[in-house]
Amino acid sequence: MATRLQSASPPSLPRRIGAFFFRHPNWSLAALLLLPMLWLGVFYLGSLGALLTQSFFRLDGFTGRIVRQFGLETYQKQLFTPANMDIVLRTFLTASAVTIASALIAFPLAYYMARYASYRVRGLLYLLVLLPLWSSYIVRVYTWKIILAQEGVLTWFINGLGLSGVLRAVLDIPVIGGPSLSISLLGTFIVFVYIWLPYMILPINAALERVPKSVIEASGDLGAPPGYTFRRIILPLAWPGVVAGSIFTFSLTLGDYIIPGIIGNSSFFIGQAVFVQQGTAGNIPLAAAFTVIPVAIMAVYLLIARWQGAFDAL
Amino acid sequence: MSAQSPSVAIRMMDVCRHFGDVKAVDHLNLDIYDGEFFSLLGPSGSGKTTCLRLIAGFEQPTSGSILLHGQEMAGVPPFERDVNTVFQDYALFPHMTVGQNVAYGLMIKKVPKAEIQRRVTEMLEMVRLPGLENRKPSQLSGGQRQRVALARALVNHPRVLLLDEPLGALDLKLRQQMQIELKAIQQKVGITFIFVTHDQEEALTMSDRLAVFNHGKIEQIGTPAEVYERPITGFVAGFVGTSNLISGTVAERLTGSSQTFSIRPEKIRIAVPGESFGDEMCAITGTIRDVIYLGINTRYLVEVGNGVDITVVQQNLDADSFDAHASRGKQVLLVWNKANNRPLVGV
Repeated sequence: MATRLQSASPPSLPRRIGAFFFRHPNWSLAALLLLPMLWLGVFYLGSLGALLTQSFFRLDGFTGRIVRQFGLETYQKQLFTPANMDIVLRTFLTASAVTIASALIAFPLAYYMARYASYRVRGLLYLLVLLPLWSSYIVRVYTWKIILAQEGVLTWFINGLGLSGVLRAVLDIPVIGGPSLSISLLGTFIVFVYIWLPYMILPINAALERVPKSVIEASGDLGAPPGYTFRRIILPLAWPGVVAGSIFTFSLTLGDYIIPGIIGNSSFFIGQAVFVQQGTAGNIPLAAAFTVIPVAIMAVYLLIARWQGAFDAL
Repeated sequence: MSAQSPSVAIRMMDVCRHFGDVKAVDHLNLDIYDGEFFSLLGPSGSGKTTCLRLIAGFEQPTSGSILLHGQEMAGVPPFERDVNTVFQDYALFPHMTVGQNVAYGLMIKKVPKAEIQRRVTEMLEMVRLPGLENRKPSQLSGGQRQRVALARALVNHPRVLLLDEPLGALDLKLRQQMQIELKAIQQKVGITFIFVTHDQEEALTMSDRLAVFNHGKIEQIGTPAEVYERPITGFVAGFVGTSNLISGTVAERLTGSSQTFSIRPEKIRIAVPGESFGDEMCAITGTIRDVIYLGINTRYLVEVGNGVDITVVQQNLDADSFDAHASRGKQVLLVWNKANNRPLVGV
């Protein structure tokens, strides 16, 4: 041992650097976080701060210039109008409906994947759930435009089943209806559910995978029929996964401006309003004020989600 | 049924459970009596846990029939069976408190709130966890979780309690303590306990009777003393305790017949070569090949010729480890009573 120490050459540079970080754990933490902190600090929080600041400025309607003075005028006079609140409400309610529908569709599939599917089938299902994410979002949305169109395959199929009257009746419902599925809020909703569904399936599946089979058996063993076991054991244990998935479906719907632009009855969602205000109208303060609304909604939502334990399921 | 013969709690008649080509349980016949502490003993994969799951209703037999207190159980789901299970991993509900876990079965039966409260408190006292109602399972130690699982099952007063290696995850001291407690609880409540274990010592300690499983079949059923003292197959002789299986020429030299027999290591005495014995004794000379000092006793491996080793266990009456190890390589005479030879079938 002694001879080895004597004959050892001085430690190489990588070893010296390694030893330095071993002796100074704070430096190694700093090195680890430098890049993400820069990114988050400058680009993420910086732009968020700029956005918030802009929302307190206002556009001078006469000169078309931005008045860099702090005030609530943009909120009071321009944002909080009945027409704009209509947009907020439409976006919020659609996001809620999309979230609920996604959860209802995702849960049985995730449950099947976690409980019943064989190893091979499970792998295949993962692939099928993730496969749509490989292709372009725009292409998939336009594909749905064609599927849902008046002359599209879905209408053709429904007519073939002799259910054209039912489709007509549904499309006659005010607010969600329209001339055809592709020009209705119902169509927007269908495409939103399709696009965000994978983000709901995966966290629910992850949560269900963590429920031991024996816990479910124990409930039955203690006399609980399957429905009782589902309500009292499976759903509470999978709930953090549902909430985690809903963060995705809800926030993504809240911010999206492409789907309602392509499929829908041309009544605005928040994202489109932002797009029009900052682009066409050049009213950056109003666009910023519009953006603050989903940020505020999501802040509240995430607080509730944390309280429900959603972050343990991600 | 006469007063002497106890009533049958569980009767398994020619029960098979196959998973594809694997015969987990193969033509099983078994009667377990009311109020008995019955162990299913066997190595892993021998079918003992599948047997338990068949009784609980988590598995359905491929063929054959299971009667619970005389009632056919085919097609009866677990939640309609008057049995409760203590799971190997305890399977406590992680989102509920200890109190809610124990109350679960009673809540389903819609027992009045006050009575639930009383019975939960009483049961937690019985398993010596008083006052822990409001803890979460994650805040308990392994031994405490085990007791909660026991309380959660027993509070329903099932007629049969199934225990699937419930002590497997506990350390040795705690396991021995729980063995005694479980037995005491069983005698107090008078419920039939069916206890799955791979630990032969545990099965011998606790059971009224036990069944030894191997490859999905039962090799022997009997009281601990019967199974230990009179094993009928080579597997039982080897699995329950240790045995010397003696066959071929060595058996012929000792008994005049080449039929295989077993002899327990503790029945053999090490004598000085040259001593003489009566006809009722077996005697064979050999060389001590290895010595394993175990504190309470010492295990000697004695080579007796023809490549056969006989294991002998001797109490360390006066000998210490130094004496024991010094005997390595010595010529000795092994002596035991012929009455302790157990002729075996199927070897």
